[in-house]
Amino acid sequence: MPMKLSVLSAKLAEAGYVADRELAMALHLMALLQRPLLLEGEAGVGKTEVAKALAAVHGTELIRLQCYEGLDRSDSLYEWNYQRQLLAIQARAASGSTVSEDDIFSERYLLERPLLQSIRQQRPPVLLVDEIDRADEEFEAFLLELLSDFQVTVPELGTIRARSIPHVVLTSNATREISDALRRRCLYHYVDFPEVDREAAILQRRLPGIGAVFALQIARAVGNVRKEDLRKVPGIAETLDWAAALIGLELTDLRSDPETVFDTMMCLLKTQEDKSRFTREVAARILGKVA
Amino acid sequence: MSGSLAMPEAASLRPLEHALLRRVAGFAKLLRNHDFAVGLGESADAARLAGELAAERPAMLRSAFKALFCSRASDWKQFDALFDSYWLGKGMKRVMKVGGSAPAASRPSLAAPSAQAQGRDQPRQLAEEVSHLDGDVPQEGGTATSEGASAVEVHGATDFRKIADPYELAKAHAAAERLARVMRTRLTRRERARAKGRRIDLRSTIRRNIARGGTLLELRLRQRKAKPLRLVVLLDASGSMQMYTAVFTRFIHGVLDNFHEAEAFVFHTRLAHVSSAMREKNASRAVERLSLMAQGVGGGTRIGESLATFNQWHAKRVLNSRSCVMILSDGYDTGSPELLARELQRLRRRCRRIVWLNPMMGWEGYRPEAKAMQAAMPYLDLFAPAHNLESLAALEPYLARL
Repeated sequence: MPMKLSVLSAKLAEAGYVADRELAMALHLMALLQRPLLLEGEAGVGKTEVAKALAAVHGTELIRLQCYEGLDRSDSLYEWNYQRQLLAIQARAASGSTVSEDDIFSERYLLERPLLQSIRQQRPPVLLVDEIDRADEEFEAFLLELLSDFQVTVPELGTIRARSIPHVVLTSNATREISDALRRRCLYHYVDFPEVDREAAILQRRLPGIGAVFALQIARAVGNVRKEDLRKVPGIAETLDWAAALIGLELTDLRSDPETVFDTMMCLLKTQEDKSRFTREVAARILGKVA
Repeated sequence: MSGSLAMPEAASLRPLEHALLRRVAGFAKLLRNHDFAVGLGESADAARLAGELAAERPAMLRSAFKALFCSRASDWKQFDALFDSYWLGKGMKRVMKVGGSAPAASRPSLAAPSAQAQGRDQPRQLAEEVSHLDGDVPQEGGTATSEGASAVEVHGATDFRKIADPYELAKAHAAAERLARVMRTRLTRRERARAKGRRIDLRSTIRRNIARGGTLLELRLRQRKAKPLRLVVLLDASGSMQMYTAVFTRFIHGVLDNFHEAEAFVFHTRLAHVSSAMREKNASRAVERLSLMAQGVGGGTRIGESLATFNQWHAKRVLNSRSCVMILSDGYDTGSPELLARELQRLRRRCRRIVWLNPMMGWEGYRPEAKAMQAAMPYLDLFAPAHNLESLAALEPYLARL
């Protein structure tokens, strides 16, 4: 029985994730329709955090599969522990007892990888397939099969059915176009940079020492920095870094110490090009708008 | 949440539910017309949701449908406007005009502007087709071909004859072959068992050594698997391209010979899949077969429509994310530039690169002023000349980087 939308929103907030209404609805539908959720958006907007928050909401484990080019079944699903199998065979051969095949290909020698692990839990876990666009098409097709049947065939063991259907969250940075089939299978949410209010709320939730006014100032400043023509737009993680730095330096108002503020603003910039473009004048202009 | 359609009179609920279903189906159709990947499964889920949510809070319908129907960032951005125009009737005037007069009789009372859902695109396309048949072909197409032909007569005719010469023909083949070789196969990290390699493949090692009583004598290793780039060539065989078609068909023949994965299509007013004909070993016979297939070349070129056919029927099978689409055309299009732009945009999503080779570009003083060319430019990764063998050879470094 999926929980009510209002309950879900409240629990998300409790877990420290400030979700907008659309995301809350998407997470609600995930449970209602038992479909995976595909999250897209710029790097650093908190896609992975969604999965963590969801795990906290449901009070279950988060199983994470980081995709990369060349990811295949043996890294994602299962692998036999060959070393142990060989040892077992030789040990028994030495002691003179016979080795049965069933024994060698039993659960004891099976290495569970994230995908298999996620369908064999008693409580449905949250399965995070991170950066699915980095894996190649073959893996995508295989994942699609798994996501529709929730069963896996290990030739030596037989078919393993899911004990519980995991909550699946996929994320993508759009380095490669994902197939239409996978997109259609999933619910979709585009994670954008948060609006000023939401970012201030996130700051307050994550850094309890921060004042409401100061949080709003920082959120506005970052919002303006994002409007600049930068190569790497700062994400929420960068905002949090910057805010933490400012608090560490015992600042409570952005206007009080422009020099320190400018120096710490480098937390937001991640390339040399952006740093050289981001002059004191630009910083002053941005800070001027904050007030 | 499950049985939330609990309303007083079950009998009067039926028509309402039915109407809602129709509205949802209409909405799904509208989205499909806007390139959303919406299947029957989504429609069914949406109808279910609509039933449950509409009873609670209609405002929630938008975010629910958004999560359900969208599947990429571009969908996400245009969804709100589409939702508003369909369900709230905002901005419906524009859409209604396009839709023309749709059958209004069967519309349920709940519905507002469901007319645009009834095949929003078909009437427009039809209308355009009709207008082409009436006026466009003789006018625009006529000027295009005559312009092409008159200019080609100066240098083009000799070009053509030269290539008919066996020596030049061999050179064209050599160029195509060289091109094929430099399109180096992309190394992937996906591995497969090999006799030589970097890592030990225990699974196949054990399997291999069963014959030796399980003693591991021979190691099997894993190595990276090479993955070829796939090249898809779309050749414009219209009248204005006539002088170049022969050269390019030979080029394609060379490409199909050398590439593991290559497909070729010819288009003028229609699109034809010619890979099988071009795989003919004998070059001149291949060209002969091709010219048979390309026959019936009338006045104009419909690049947009041909691309639409390609996207609809062939793209799924032929393209993958490692594909390069090469369009050989002069860009004189009698179809609408908007259609061309839209189809190129769709094509872009499916392949890695789009290369447009334009023989006209080799001419002095040529600028891509044709409307179709203008519309296509934003979607191209490379726009290059292809009027002689040197220009084809100049592509090598670019293609090697794919």
